[in-house]
Amino acid sequence: MPTIVEKRVLTPITKLFRVEAPLIARSARPGQFLIVRVREGGERIPLTIADYDAATGLVTIVVQEVGATTRRLGALEPGETILDMVGPLGNAIELAPGGHVVGVGGGFGSAALLCLMRALRRRGDHTTIVMGARRADLLLLVDELRAVCDHLELCTDDGSVGFKGFVTQRLQQLIDGDSPRRPDHVVAIGPMPMMRAVAETTRPTGIPTLVSMDPVMIDGTGMCGGCRITVGGEVKFACVDGPCFDAHRVDFDEAMRRTKMYVREQEAALQRLETEGICHAG
Amino acid sequence: MPVKRANKTPMPERPAGIRSHDFREVNEGYSLAHAAFEAERCLRCQDPVCIEGCPVGIPIPDFIHAVAAGDLPGAARQLREANPLPAICGRVCPQESQCEMLCHMVKRFRPVAIGHLERYVADWERMETPLPEPRTPTRAEKIAVIGAGPAGLVCAGELARLGYAVTVYEALHAPGGVLRYGIPEFRLPKEILDWEIEVLRRLGVEIVCNVIIGKTLTLDALFDDYGFAAVFVGTGAGLPAFLGIPGENLNGVFSANEFLTRINLMRAYDFPAADTPLKVGRRVAVIGAGNTAMDAIRSAMRMGAEEALIVYRRSEKEMSARVEEYHHAIEEGVQFNWLTNPIEILGDKEGWVTGLKCQRMRLGEPDASGRARPVPIEGSEFVLPVDNVVLAIGTTPNPLLIKTASGLETTRRGCLVAEETTGQTSRRRIYAGGDAVTGAATVILAAGAGKRAARAIHADLSGEH
Repeated sequence: MPTIVEKRVLTPITKLFRVEAPLIARSARPGQFLIVRVREGGERIPLTIADYDAATGLVTIVVQEVGATTRRLGALEPGETILDMVGPLGNAIELAPGGHVVGVGGGFGSAALLCLMRALRRRGDHTTIVMGARRADLLLLVDELRAVCDHLELCTDDGSVGFKGFVTQRLQQLIDGDSPRRPDHVVAIGPMPMMRAVAETTRPTGIPTLVSMDPVMIDGTGMCGGCRITVGGEVKFACVDGPCFDAHRVDFDEAMRRTKMYVREQEAALQRLETEGICHAG
Repeated sequence: MPVKRANKTPMPERPAGIRSHDFREVNEGYSLAHAAFEAERCLRCQDPVCIEGCPVGIPIPDFIHAVAAGDLPGAARQLREANPLPAICGRVCPQESQCEMLCHMVKRFRPVAIGHLERYVADWERMETPLPEPRTPTRAEKIAVIGAGPAGLVCAGELARLGYAVTVYEALHAPGGVLRYGIPEFRLPKEILDWEIEVLRRLGVEIVCNVIIGKTLTLDALFDDYGFAAVFVGTGAGLPAFLGIPGENLNGVFSANEFLTRINLMRAYDFPAADTPLKVGRRVAVIGAGNTAMDAIRSAMRMGAEEALIVYRRSEKEMSARVEEYHHAIEEGVQFNWLTNPIEILGDKEGWVTGLKCQRMRLGEPDASGRARPVPIEGSEFVLPVDNVVLAIGTTPNPLLIKTASGLETTRRGCLVAEETTGQTSRRRIYAGGDAVTGAATVILAAGAGKRAARAIHADLSGEH
């Protein structure tokens, strides 16, 4: 079973884990995800692969505790194992080489830019990361992300660090010329409203933009079809056709509606967890 | 001597009004007295054509005679030699279109209840005989099996019995394939599947879950890095079909795969003690009339649906469900809308399903499948008010493995090309069987293919036959 070798508390509700998963570490590529289950009777949840290292066999995931399962996962400590972990799932991000790639990260989604931007920079692409959070202390992995790209642009809603405003506003400035090179590609990973806003920012410019969708799914191999997303009028399965899609063609209204399907059940599960506490034996 | 009785000894079953509210098994199984009584009905024909109706050639009269003679160990041995999954097949085989259809009794009476007797003997074996002693492989060659469904499990078991070291790779977190995620507890208790898997483990079969060949490891790596001498592909037909009608992405629309997986594999009926939810409303429509459709609609009732509707564009005659499932569904109160074609799923402002717009059909000339083609009746559109729509209109093989492996020939419909008698694919030392080859079919056909492939692999590696 995959053993946790390192845990870092990035914010009170955001945890980073480095997990021994040599097979996944060897075959993972930027943009792919994995599925975990943390207890018997537990649900299967998809998590974007933040980083991987074939040499050490370690896979990095970043978890935001928003529901019962992520809370249980967030409570695990080094030395403990994750009951089930399967991957890598989905397709790697493929971009034409040599361009200026702007990775836009919001919330814990920024973590997934680690392996992507490092790989792009290594092959010679020009790389910029634009990441945002409400306040400076909610920005994740700033030093690590700075180390894997040519430019790191920080944005905070309150201006406590970097640009005061949204990532999309800063992205607009970069597109408008406040950058050594006009972006050739934009890759946005984060909450759906942010990805949608990025899509609207780049739409008039025609800059090819990818968004990483994480809808509700079970198996991650195309079997359940729960992760259906409409892209350019066609139904796609995020797990096997994605998870990254052309941002300008994604039906965000539908995608956001579908992620809300189990909101009430998620709240009930969370409440139950709060009254019962996390049982490590279970 | 055979005793002439027109009717099958009825299978004891739980009352419909009670069983339709829980997931416990519907059929309770024969007692020894029932089994002996039914076994006496077998005519001991000179030409037991029933065997020809069995995809794995169970020596049907022999095992039934053993039951009649009170020799249950003998019956169990004869069954298991021919069919490695008798307790499962006794429950899920469509006997009425296989062995029982050919039974000589059918000419005047009801056939011998071969399926019920198979189930009885297999259950007796499970309850009354010890698990086999743990074994270790006796041969040097290692063989990989991809997919722990019926085809893969049977292939693995046969190879282990022949002395090979077998590793089964399963994509999900638990083995069983469609027996785990698809067929509900009320038809096939997981306890039986778990027992069969324990038997395989004792034979030395290693099952590795959470590994997707084509993603976690490549097919080539199994030969090059892991040193497997041969590979059997039993990846099933797991890709759900959708109709492509408006409204299919509304909240509350599911593939039967998703609906059943949430219930069977993820235990949504146990929410919130189990973590995976499933929202089932008051009125549920399942589109399709095969076994999966019956499983889905009866599961919906057990999840709390008050009205359960089957919507099918053809008629009762073309339905592919087992007759027992159909009867059980009727008893439990499922309503059947024959010759009804869904054309649109309707939703409210928040995007939740509110209804299913349908059109009445009539039967026309036979189509490519030989069944009468349903033809729409102009102006017959109407709306069924429903809260959920579940699509049970078929599945196709999952392309994950094939897409990442070179040299594996497939048909236009995405099925692996494999020789029928051996399972040999277009690549040397790679064999395949089950739904991955045939498209969605039955457990027993998959089991038969797994068994034949195991023997072909053995012949290929050892030169023995």
